[in-house]
Amino acid sequence: MAASSERSPPPFPDSEEPELLEDSDEGADAFTGTSISEMDSPSPDSTRPPKDIFNEPPEDIFSDPLSNINSEPQKKVDAKIPSPSSDEAVDLFSDPLDDDSEVMSSPEVQNPMPDLLNEPVEAPKSDVLGEPPVSSVKKAASSEMFGDDDDDEDLFKEPPKVVTKKPQPSGPPVDVFTEVKSDVKVKPQVKDDPTDLFAEEALTAPAPKPSAGSSSSRTNGVHSEEQDLFSEATVELSLDSPRNDRKNKDAVKPSVSAPAAPVASSSSKAPSKTLKELEEEESEDKFDLNISITNPEKVGDGMNAYMAYKVSTQTSLTMFRSKTFTVRRRFSDFLGLFEKLSEKHSQNGYLIPPPPEKSILGMTKVKVGKEDPSSAEFVERRRAALERYLQRVVSHPSLLQDPDVREFLEKEELPRAVSTQALSGAGFLKMLNKATDAVSKMTIKMNEQDVWFDEKIQDVENEEQHLRKLHVMVESLVNHRKELSGNTAVFAKSVAMLGSSEDNTALSRALSQLAEVEDRIEQLHQEQASNDFFTFSELLADYIRLLGAVRGCFDQRMKAWQRWQDAENMLQKKREAEAKLLWANKPDKLQQAKDEITEWEAKVTQYEREFERISATVRKEVIRFDKEKARDFNRQVIKYLESLLHSQQQLIKYWDAFLPEAKAIV
Amino acid sequence: MLVDRLGSGYKERFSLFNEQEGLDDGPDFLSEEDRGSTLPNFKQNEFSVVRQHEEFIWLHDSFVENEEYAGYIIPPAPPKPDFDASREKLQKLGEGEGSMTKEEFTKMKQELEAEYLAIFKKTVAMHEVFLCRVAAHPVLRKDLNFHVFLEYNQDLSVRGKNKKEKLEDFFKNVVKSADGVLVAGVKDVDDFFEHEKTFLLEYHNRVKDASAKSDRMIRSHKSAADDINRIASTLYTLGTQDSTDLCKFFLKVSELFEKTRKIEARVAADEDLKLADLLKYYLRESQAAKDLLYRRGRALVDYENANKALDKARAKNKDVLQAETTQQVCCQKFEKISESAKQELIDFKTRRVAAFRKNLVELAELELKHAKGNLQLLHSCLGVLKGDT
Repeated sequence: MAASSERSPPPFPDSEEPELLEDSDEGADAFTGTSISEMDSPSPDSTRPPKDIFNEPPEDIFSDPLSNINSEPQKKVDAKIPSPSSDEAVDLFSDPLDDDSEVMSSPEVQNPMPDLLNEPVEAPKSDVLGEPPVSSVKKAASSEMFGDDDDDEDLFKEPPKVVTKKPQPSGPPVDVFTEVKSDVKVKPQVKDDPTDLFAEEALTAPAPKPSAGSSSSRTNGVHSEEQDLFSEATVELSLDSPRNDRKNKDAVKPSVSAPAAPVASSSSKAPSKTLKELEEEESEDKFDLNISITNPEKVGDGMNAYMAYKVSTQTSLTMFRSKTFTVRRRFSDFLGLFEKLSEKHSQNGYLIPPPPEKSILGMTKVKVGKEDPSSAEFVERRRAALERYLQRVVSHPSLLQDPDVREFLEKEELPRAVSTQALSGAGFLKMLNKATDAVSKMTIKMNEQDVWFDEKIQDVENEEQHLRKLHVMVESLVNHRKELSGNTAVFAKSVAMLGSSEDNTALSRALSQLAEVEDRIEQLHQEQASNDFFTFSELLADYIRLLGAVRGCFDQRMKAWQRWQDAENMLQKKREAEAKLLWANKPDKLQQAKDEITEWEAKVTQYEREFERISATVRKEVIRFDKEKARDFNRQVIKYLESLLHSQQQLIKYWDAFLPEAKAIV
Repeated sequence: MLVDRLGSGYKERFSLFNEQEGLDDGPDFLSEEDRGSTLPNFKQNEFSVVRQHEEFIWLHDSFVENEEYAGYIIPPAPPKPDFDASREKLQKLGEGEGSMTKEEFTKMKQELEAEYLAIFKKTVAMHEVFLCRVAAHPVLRKDLNFHVFLEYNQDLSVRGKNKKEKLEDFFKNVVKSADGVLVAGVKDVDDFFEHEKTFLLEYHNRVKDASAKSDRMIRSHKSAADDINRIASTLYTLGTQDSTDLCKFFLKVSELFEKTRKIEARVAADEDLKLADLLKYYLRESQAAKDLLYRRGRALVDYENANKALDKARAKNKDVLQAETTQQVCCQKFEKISESAKQELIDFKTRRVAAFRKNLVELAELELKHAKGNLQLLHSCLGVLKGDT
């Protein structure tokens, strides 16, 4: 990313023009677009911008009439979004010019956007596959990251694309603000060009446009959305404002300043490019961010003791204050992060990677036990699981943008995650929630119209079931392998004893050699058992959890559907009521009824839109998940097979050495 | 099962076939043996009879009870075939039939059959080893009972021991082991036997331990192989039901596991055959050798007692003649046992070393073979996975 930003300056003047164009286009879109985007991302994210607004000029809002408020935020949002995009366009154009490897992209770059706009859902897949240039860039990154093969790029190519779309609806607004702010600060210190700022913004900013893509939304969207925006904003305000950072506030200012220019212009090409940029950025992000968890350390004594882990991050991403930093986190912090993320993002259909489960038994052992191998194993297992968890979080393009994630990685002291602490209470509530969810799932009979979802849901359920089964078996293999290792050790000792009591010298020698061989094999089995566990079994465990999360996404989608249907029903009722009033000739109440109808009509469209959006998001998320799953399994299983290979090689070595000893018996 | 054994110039060939009336009837061990022999005392050159496990035991017991053979290591009787585990599994299989998929059922059935077959072969091999040992023994092979056992083409109508006899056996064993402790405590005048005695005592315990441990090791190895088998079939179902691009991958890995588990199971089976069975056999053989030493020790104690009795009789000048004859009988018996026992023990050692050599070499070779096969599979699978993913 830094590289691209550095490249950008020269072409800047040239690019100005296209930028304008693009902006104008956007402007046209902008109204509807932003409104839609807001509308689409109902509660958490969309609420953010309003929240900011409230923080910043609070008196305004409260003094102004409703309409004012609505228009105000809208303007701001619009302004913010386009402005980065325009800047970002600079990047885009500069890229092809400067970098030959990436240049290839320029011709194609222009095409995809129309696609995106026309068929937002379908397009990503086909587009991605068809676009060599983007992939080439990505390939570079991906190949470095995942080393293995060209085939990977396929996997890789797609997710970023998918990814880019995701950030649009929900995350971006918030991020934009914070980012702008932080970047501004950083720039002077860190030596990055000012363009960085834009690039960073670009990451998030262009998002709303594509999401807005569905053209139909315009007519309906504006109206209903305004209401939505407002109502949500107020609700959210109470929730969020306390922990809202000053960052956000500050961030609003720069963005506010930018508004005028973008409103005017647009061209379909530009957004597409920004998308591309996004993709590149995304892949670079992944590439640039290295998280490792090390040094689990027991803090405190007795039942109040806990394990603290060192979370080290290595990155060249400018959104972070420095290139390397470490923090100490405890397990509940990880859970807290998950809680925060799922609170914010799950109802948008995002797949939030689930953290490892809390294990009272294991932790109690750690607390009580001194130096027990099983507790050491437990700690290592948890360490590895947490590491994978964090890596999954940051590899999710929109989650990476979340301020809480950054805070988690960067901030020295985190407020303690309270909800996870009171485990029994929270756990109970969660269970209750799950139970009600299950009930509602049974009662909600969704007539699925999307075949893709229908099949996918089925697949996921089947897969989860099979993975569970597989997991049990692999666990059993681990246990048996451990048992085998133990028994081999015992046998080795026994053979050594037998050898010592054997009075034929050569045989005695051969037996003690055999004992040595068995000893080594015991080590081998042990290593293999831990490989079974850490490379294979844990992979399965992770994916069982992840599939659970995927199902959660489907549930969120179903809830959205249910909301829409309920609204539909309500609207129906209101209409009936109106008809009755008409018939009864009660004009005094008629106006109210009409108002209600318009209100509910708006709601229906809004909910429908929400449902559509969440469907698209879930779909993208699932596709991304499938890609990652394929990649993960591929990598892990190959790693596992390699460990098996190594075992066999060692075995051959051992027995080869033993054979002459056996033959030497006379 | 063909084994060639040679006893001084004679060539005998046994082959044992086992017939089993299906899994369901429950195992009833029968062995049929063919014997091609040029031994002079056989009436025909080729003959075959059907013998049951109990008949083998009868033959063994007849050797043990024969005073004439006191100076020899009596070849240990073959262990009773243990089909209990298989039977139990079979029952489980029957019970679980409804709850598992067809593939699982067939797989388990195959597994069970393979296991059953393995036990069978093993049992046959052990019975065969017993007969071969007898046939190779310069004295025992001329035993009348042995000939009856081989030639008499009807049921020997050997019955299993009844309760009373079993109880008697039990008491005999108790007395014998108590006596064994007494006898073992007596310091032997002969260094050779003294050394053998301490060696065998220790050796027997160690080999017993090693045998038990090897069994446990092999059992867990088998369970691991079973796990891999089940993993393979689950991966297979995952591969067939999954609609994503992963399915090919799963199928490939499943195929690999299916093959490796076969190898892994073979490793376990071969370890069982080459290692555990060897140890088990020498556990019994060393017991037999110990028994020989006990008999000799007993004879020695008898002889010494007879000497003391003779001295006493002489001192009192009473029953001297009788004491003299007793003493003489004991002396003769002791000397006879000692004479043959020495050779037997030397033979035992030679046999043991040869058997260990043979089995250990074979074990190492098989382990190598399997590991290499495994390696090959993994290599090719990894090649495919890395190539086309």
